Amino acid sequence: MHKPICILVTLLISVAAHSQPEAFPSTYAAPPGQPVLFKNATILTGDGRRFNETDLYIAEGQVQWIGEGEIAHGTIEVDANDRWITPGLIDVHSHLGVYPSPGVAAHSDGNEATAPVTAEVWAEHSVWPQDPGFSRALAGGVTAMQILPGSANLFGGRGVTLKNVPSVSYQSMKFPGAPHGLKMACGENPKRVYGGRTQAPSTRMGNVAAYRSAWIRAQRYQADWDRYNQAVEDAAKAAADDTSGASVASALLTNTPPRRNLELDTLSGALRGDILVHMHCYRADEMLTILDMAKEFGYRVGTFHHGVEAYKIADELAENGVCGALWADWWGFKIEAYDGIQENIALVDRPAGGCAIVHSDSDEGIQRLNQEAAKAMIRGNRAGLDIPPERAIRWITYNAAKSLGIHDRTGSIESGKMADVVLWNQDPFSVYAKPLQVYIDGVMRYEQNNPSLSPQSDFELGQLMGATQ
Amino acid sequence: MNTKRLLLALFGSLLLAIPGHAASLLITNGIVFTGDEAPSSQLDILIEDGLIEAVASDMSAVEADRVIDAAGRPVTPTLFAGITAAGLSEIGMVYEAVDSRLNELYTGLMHPEFDVRKAYNPLSSVVPVTRIEGYGYTLLAAAFGDRTISGQGSLVRFDGGFNSFEGNTTIFVNVDGYSGNKIGGSRAAHWMLLETAFSSLATKKGSGLWLTHNEHPLINKTGRETLKNTRENGIFVFRANRASDILQALAFSQKHQLKAIISGGQEAWVVREALAASGTPVVINALDNLPGSFDGLGARLDNATLLHAAGVTLLFTSGETHNARKLRQVAGSAVANGLPYEVALSAMTSLPAEIFGGKPRMILPGLRADLVIWSGDPLDVTSAADQVIIDGKLDPMTSRQTELLKRYLPTETGLGRAYINP
Repeated sequence: MHKPICILVTLLISVAAHSQPEAFPSTYAAPPGQPVLFKNATILTGDGRRFNETDLYIAEGQVQWIGEGEIAHGTIEVDANDRWITPGLIDVHSHLGVYPSPGVAAHSDGNEATAPVTAEVWAEHSVWPQDPGFSRALAGGVTAMQILPGSANLFGGRGVTLKNVPSVSYQSMKFPGAPHGLKMACGENPKRVYGGRTQAPSTRMGNVAAYRSAWIRAQRYQADWDRYNQAVEDAAKAAADDTSGASVASALLTNTPPRRNLELDTLSGALRGDILVHMHCYRADEMLTILDMAKEFGYRVGTFHHGVEAYKIADELAENGVCGALWADWWGFKIEAYDGIQENIALVDRPAGGCAIVHSDSDEGIQRLNQEAAKAMIRGNRAGLDIPPERAIRWITYNAAKSLGIHDRTGSIESGKMADVVLWNQDPFSVYAKPLQVYIDGVMRYEQNNPSLSPQSDFELGQLMGATQ
Repeated sequence: MNTKRLLLALFGSLLLAIPGHAASLLITNGIVFTGDEAPSSQLDILIEDGLIEAVASDMSAVEADRVIDAAGRPVTPTLFAGITAAGLSEIGMVYEAVDSRLNELYTGLMHPEFDVRKAYNPLSSVVPVTRIEGYGYTLLAAAFGDRTISGQGSLVRFDGGFNSFEGNTTIFVNVDGYSGNKIGGSRAAHWMLLETAFSSLATKKGSGLWLTHNEHPLINKTGRETLKNTRENGIFVFRANRASDILQALAFSQKHQLKAIISGGQEAWVVREALAASGTPVVINALDNLPGSFDGLGARLDNATLLHAAGVTLLFTSGETHNARKLRQVAGSAVANGLPYEVALSAMTSLPAEIFGGKPRMILPGLRADLVIWSGDPLDVTSAADQVIIDGKLDPMTSRQTELLKRYLPTETGLGRAYINP
């Protein structure tokens, strides 16, 4: 697709989108927080910078300044001597809420494994906000995360980015203005799930054929809407020009918009770049196939998830501006994960423009992304790659925010950005590191050993009554 | 960090491997954790013919075939990898390469005679991947599943031997809610079946036990013989997380005079006094802090701390096989949540051997020289094993994964990566 057309298409659709109310909009609004001055901290900004023994001031929900500046009357001062501060951690791959604790069958809401293409489903409609995993992740310093559908399907549906604020609804957790993600999956999982039912796809070539068929339908759908929107525009223009011979054909078309299709809404959104593509893919060769397919249909792969073999194509990923959201040390649980090495993240980080991310895909891992990043950092250093903490912290902050399309608002400590920050008891790259305080939009949402700032889900209330503490 | 040393560890492994049979090895200036609960101290270790000859504060005058200056780095016995299927499971979902469980062909509810040691493959890539991270042994397990008794295993040492098993035969018993639901709709079914089987051991014949309805024999003759033989010297690992299940396991073990160990133990802290009183060790994953099931509503991060304070003996397992190397992080997390450091390190080194009847894993004269020189704190995620030593020999520190790294680390590829062969 030529670029000018892309721009035009985006413009027209944004016009059309205005005509429809946003579905399931965010109702999140940060309560007022008190201004806080952290004194004398070691600050990892999340975008590669480090400050030693430096002050940080947050107020009105935003980072105000690092170093020196004015503070408001009534500012709370926090002695951060020997403490470290990082941006709030961000997990680009979580199934909290859709595969919640307790993991009973009736809670299994992450894979609509009834057809290989289910781009029409939205993970947020499965999110159970009472999953105790959210508060555990908060205690681990996680302030935002993307909840994704599982990988049973080629197109698993839309992911949603949430602020990690305890709530009775996902709407009031939704990160305002964050784009949706589209979960796609390569390899073993889709072909196993459907091949096992003697249904397509049962092979990797079947996977690719089905992706392409879906994209072709999405292109057609997009063209139908483009034509319709063009007609609407033409008719409006004609009316404005007051030329009484306004195109009858345009008027007719205006009266018969294409029928909306939820599946193709999502896919065309991905083609336009309004929805960011998150592609579950393990093997290097499959990731390269996917990059070619993206070129064929004119869309961008934002992030490869899991990418156990991403280190084999680190240069290609960097050249294409694609992030790799990876584990520190998982391997061997299936054959497409057989070549996992602990230096994967560091090697993806190595080329200029490399975008490495540590993701969890786990209700345990999301609680200690800092430790996962530490493991990856030390493996890189042992291989001679020289990765300091201020670089490694990007893997769980700025790069993750970039992958989710929210890096202009969070993911790093810069003035004007959301005051999503974590105060650590020490250097966060350690098994002994713990968040002391976690702020979201300048509001303290968690404090260690403070029961009034240790949220519990409804599910946890009143359990094990009578057990001796 | 000493880059040269690290590069040597990565790429100089062949050089190290050749003189691996050196008769004597002296490690100087190690911060040595001997394996009991005493704090580490700076010591030299002299090794001769695979055995620890001496541990003393300054042996620099001693002549040895080879000397390694630990330069203040920690030295510990090799670590325990937890309860795993290492050498039984090459790839988790490639089922023909997984031998840790009995599938549907055998429909009995108890198969204590199913011995996973017969399937152990020391040449599995999992073994060196785990060993070079500082792990010297594991408890080889018949995978917990739906059956009441899933099988037997024992300790195995990661020395590459085909028959490197140690310690008591260990029987794996499931009494949790999940498997209870599968076998009879209730966890009480487990106790009903166990009681039936164990009561029959006192009688001469077990007739009828293997002739039950629905093609689900309870136990066959060989299985019954196995129980008879292991009742006295075997170890029974009960998979249980809920407090009430743990108490049932303790009562059953007491009645039938079994040496019991609890595995899982998410709510063990609730019944810690009973566990301490009966002297029953608990194997936990110290990262468990979510109510993953209704058996574990009480899972909490300070489980280890509470158990230890009550006098319960603790071990760790991660539930992982391929990533069993993660267990250091599990133990470190327990320390971060209040468990005394030396207690955690002891649980990672000497204690599992002691509990499961293996050879001692301590750094003391006369014992086998299985130890690790660490780059830093062995329980922290920022350290790694610099050198593993088994039987006094330097491990080459290579695995399938180090070979992949060597292939993909260079930026110059020539004819292609396939031509970069270590």
